[in-house]
Amino acid sequence: MSTPATSPLSPDQQQIASQLAATLSPEQANWLSGFYAGIAHTGSPVAAAPVAKTELTVLYGSESGNAEKLSGDVAKAAGKQGFKAKVVNMADAKAATLAKAENLLVVVSTWGEGDPPEGATDYYEEFMSDAMPQLANVKFSVCALGDTSYEHFCKIGKDFDDRLSKLGGERVYDRVDCDVDFEEPFAKWLEGALKAFPSAEIAPGGAPAPATIPAATVYDKKNPYSSELTEKIVLNGTGSIKETLHVELSLEGSGLTYQPGDSLGIYPENRAEDIEAVLAATGLSANEKCGDKTLAEALKSDFDITSLSPAIALKYNKVVESDDLEKALADKAGFKDWIWGRQLVDLLETYPNKKWEVESFTGLLRPLAPRLYSIASSQKAHPDEVHLTIAAVRYNAHDRDRVGVCSTYIADKVAIGDTAKVFFHSNNNFRLPENDDVPVIMVGPGTGIAPFRAFIEERAAREAKGKNWLFFGDQHFSFDFLYQLEWLDYLKDGVLTELTTAFSRDQKEKIYVQHRLAERGAEIWEWLENGAHFYVCGDATRMAKDVNQALLDIAQQHGGKSAEDAKAWLTALRKDKRYQRDVY
Amino acid sequence: MSTIGKSANEGIKDASEYLRGTILDGLADSATGSLSKDDQQLTKFHGIYQQDDRDIRKERRKKKLEPAYSFMIRVRVPGGVSTPEQWIEMDRIAQEHANGALKLTTRQAFQFHGVIKSNLKKSIAEINEALLDTLAACGDVNRNVMCNPNPMQSKVHGDVLELATQISDHLSPRTGAYHDIWIDDGSGEKVKVTYDPPLIDDIADPEEPIYGKHYLPRKFKTVIAVPPSNDVDIYAHDLGYIAILEGDDKIVGYNVTVGGGMGMTHGNEETFPRLADVLGFCTPDQAVKVGEAVVRVQRDFGNRDVRTNARLKYTIERLGLDKFREEVEKLCGFKLEKPREFTFEDNGDRYGWIEDHEGNFHYTMFIENGRVYDTEAYPLLTGLREIAKIHEGDFRLTANQNLIIANISPAKKAEIEKLLEEYKMVDSYERSALRLNSMACVSLPTCGLALAESQRYLPDLVGEIESILEDTGLRHDAITIRMTGCPNGCARPYIAEIGFVGRAPGKYNLYLGGGFHGERLSKLYAPSVQSDEIKTVLEPIIRDYAKNRKDGERFGDFTIRSGYVKATENGRDFHKDFVEPTLAV
Repeated sequence: MSTPATSPLSPDQQQIASQLAATLSPEQANWLSGFYAGIAHTGSPVAAAPVAKTELTVLYGSESGNAEKLSGDVAKAAGKQGFKAKVVNMADAKAATLAKAENLLVVVSTWGEGDPPEGATDYYEEFMSDAMPQLANVKFSVCALGDTSYEHFCKIGKDFDDRLSKLGGERVYDRVDCDVDFEEPFAKWLEGALKAFPSAEIAPGGAPAPATIPAATVYDKKNPYSSELTEKIVLNGTGSIKETLHVELSLEGSGLTYQPGDSLGIYPENRAEDIEAVLAATGLSANEKCGDKTLAEALKSDFDITSLSPAIALKYNKVVESDDLEKALADKAGFKDWIWGRQLVDLLETYPNKKWEVESFTGLLRPLAPRLYSIASSQKAHPDEVHLTIAAVRYNAHDRDRVGVCSTYIADKVAIGDTAKVFFHSNNNFRLPENDDVPVIMVGPGTGIAPFRAFIEERAAREAKGKNWLFFGDQHFSFDFLYQLEWLDYLKDGVLTELTTAFSRDQKEKIYVQHRLAERGAEIWEWLENGAHFYVCGDATRMAKDVNQALLDIAQQHGGKSAEDAKAWLTALRKDKRYQRDVY
Repeated sequence: MSTIGKSANEGIKDASEYLRGTILDGLADSATGSLSKDDQQLTKFHGIYQQDDRDIRKERRKKKLEPAYSFMIRVRVPGGVSTPEQWIEMDRIAQEHANGALKLTTRQAFQFHGVIKSNLKKSIAEINEALLDTLAACGDVNRNVMCNPNPMQSKVHGDVLELATQISDHLSPRTGAYHDIWIDDGSGEKVKVTYDPPLIDDIADPEEPIYGKHYLPRKFKTVIAVPPSNDVDIYAHDLGYIAILEGDDKIVGYNVTVGGGMGMTHGNEETFPRLADVLGFCTPDQAVKVGEAVVRVQRDFGNRDVRTNARLKYTIERLGLDKFREEVEKLCGFKLEKPREFTFEDNGDRYGWIEDHEGNFHYTMFIENGRVYDTEAYPLLTGLREIAKIHEGDFRLTANQNLIIANISPAKKAEIEKLLEEYKMVDSYERSALRLNSMACVSLPTCGLALAESQRYLPDLVGEIESILEDTGLRHDAITIRMTGCPNGCARPYIAEIGFVGRAPGKYNLYLGGGFHGERLSKLYAPSVQSDEIKTVLEPIIRDYAKNRKDGERFGDFTIRSGYVKATENGRDFHKDFVEPTLAV
């Protein structure tokens, strides 16, 4: 059990709370929730504040605007009766915060086939999910809006009523189900419900119980942590040719910490198909001994059996001694072409050895290296989790289906509930400015978006005042806009100042992020002049170079610099750690 | 009319600066494929509806993607007549910017679906370059003006098409917003629609002389019919003109009809479909002026507080036809004459080849649900493109979502016949008479109003019913069958002999007893029938009809005579006299 992203606790408090939560029985948890609520009522000894008025939360979910208007009426009437009413729109809130409400009135409509209002969908799903905390202190009543001409009349109101009660809330006044002419039943409900709430009560307080903190084991590259995969989503919509995964891994109980900009290493396993192909090409048997494992087991987790380079081929030919291969290797450029799109198995098949021994073969192989992925989450927002954005690599070359070993290991082999071996890799060359007031520009097309999700989450959690401008690009707006809903929320909250997108294949001419940078050159120059940090993540071979050139052009066009001065300026920017890249 | 009506849309219009709103800002926002809620209301006046693929909403939310927003663009085609060049351009735009299909609507317009926001401006600019536009194709204004495509009487068709174009032009909004937003190429030069002063001279608002700042209270639809064909469904529209002929080709004037409309709301008996009344007769040169007067009376007397009660049909119910006529005549400055005699025979299309008086040929094709797209078995879009490349006449969209390749000279006929053959279009109408008289709206997955399937389902349902028809020898008997996914009535289901209106996924209200040529509303026969039970419910009635009908008796008339439903005499009584049927299921 980790504390939710929205918790108002400091990171240290969150850690203690999470660790404590992991050790609690249900009764203990219930007792504690009452105990802490008591502190909230009486105030801590240091910061005691008198309760002036009884607080009342008016929660609404509105599609057509009726529920919104009525919730305003509720607040007005409540104010007149001495409540301190706070109106909350489900579209702007997290359901978990309900635990803080003591007196709650809900006005919510149902539409379509028993669906919640569009804007309230996330709230509703969170509210109905297992992640909802207990609401033992909540006194509530529900006003459901609906239309009897639809089958699922007032379903959402009924769901709220039911679940509030199941979560331990106390229904102080019966729910009302309103049809399209809601005015009268609503007025009657409002009058009755307001009378049903008690006046402010003072709960007894007590001294906090001591919390025991378990000692943590140290995990690192040599001793990777077996982390449970808790969520895996293909972010691309139906119709996309891409397969970009959002993956969440649990750190619960590991004591591991990371910072935005860091990477996560994952130890993959080779695919059964690739192992079989290599065994077939070498004539070796799966069951032969290799150290204390079978050969098949060793090939699965210990050796890199796919990578191919001239260096490996040279080493290989020392064993195989093939004249043909020697000739091929002599033509360096030609051999490089041949290697392109090919793997070790192609070498084994094209230049076969008469007889392989386990040792002679494995002696050629490099150990299977972990792959690093830029982390896509902030630990401040997800204390017990680390998130990744992984593009599954699959292609066909030279009549063979080939894959990226680690990306497809995660995509195909590690199911939700399974574990993967992971470790953290710190990257101090990709860090947010320490000063939260400094503006940042982030350019992250494709999976390059990952660290910027972490940056934004971090800046949001830190309530950083600095402006944030994100550039994102991919193939199609409709299918490939990674994390779009999250960005829209951040824009709405003002955390993201600007989001500029470039989708290359929605129109005839290809549009990439560097084109958008050029279009917005004057503003980018202004941001940089005002001290902005500039970050780039993603493809190194083309994108990063094009973006680099776009920056040089901006310095010339909008900064009035010569080509040479622009270069010097960019170098200085890099030295100042204001131009940082995480490219691959 | 300076006070703002209480319905939400009235406030939006009031604040919009003549339909501008914040549409330009919305188009520039590249983070979302959506426009703001208020702008979504305003873009309708520009012929654009925001929609999303409702089939994949849940899946996309899980993928952290907003709904798959895209836009439907409706192209105004007065009288449904377009040139081959325009056809080729619409085809190209459908493939380059939309979902690859061209939709012919029930109101003689082209429709594109699936245009994403970043391609919207380009699409509309290109439609305008083809000398068509989307202004007032939707929204609270006079929309596309329809007229009978009438391939038999080419002289008469020329006259009514001209009137349709005049009315369309005269009642077009004058706001410069359309050009500012869609056509402005950034050169800073503001083009405005040519000023066309109103016929009735009491200009209250120089920006919008006919509509004023708040436009109409609700949508407004105008049609022109030439008897004996009522293919435009004259009684289903707010304003109609029935051409009165002397001899074969001289139009002496028009019977003006007012107050027809299909839409209603489930569970609200204050809303109902209504057939138009004949208001009176006017001469051809009075026709535009009468139209403007009807629009202005509706502008000033229509209900702006309750949107479901805002259409002209309710205004007329409230004022009474006589009082309404009085107001119209007051604005016109002349009296309407007594209506003249006329006779309608049907509201369907006549398929196949027709030769007109001038010796030109016209070919009417059946286009199921108006959807023009390619499949391997039936490359309709490609075939029509090939015809458009050589065709020298015009293309006419019919009110039944079909297509007429019109004005083919005798010299070109053979060439076109060859292409019809080559692209398998030659037997498009070799279908059961039921299928040829079937019509469905778009509905799921893109229409935001849809409660049930329509266009994706009706062809299958017709297939099920066809087996009964084959069995009872009714294959060649025309019966009108129409389906909509919601009660708003785009496919005009309440005047079909068999009408289905969606209530929930897989559930339809079944209406019977509509008039064969659109002269009588239907009546609810069975509420919320499950789709898998429809055939069982209809079968005994169809068998009864096959066995016991009188000579020439239409299915709609039969269901009334045999007591399956009571006749609906007028819209007010649409919800009355429903009798719970004893169903076979």
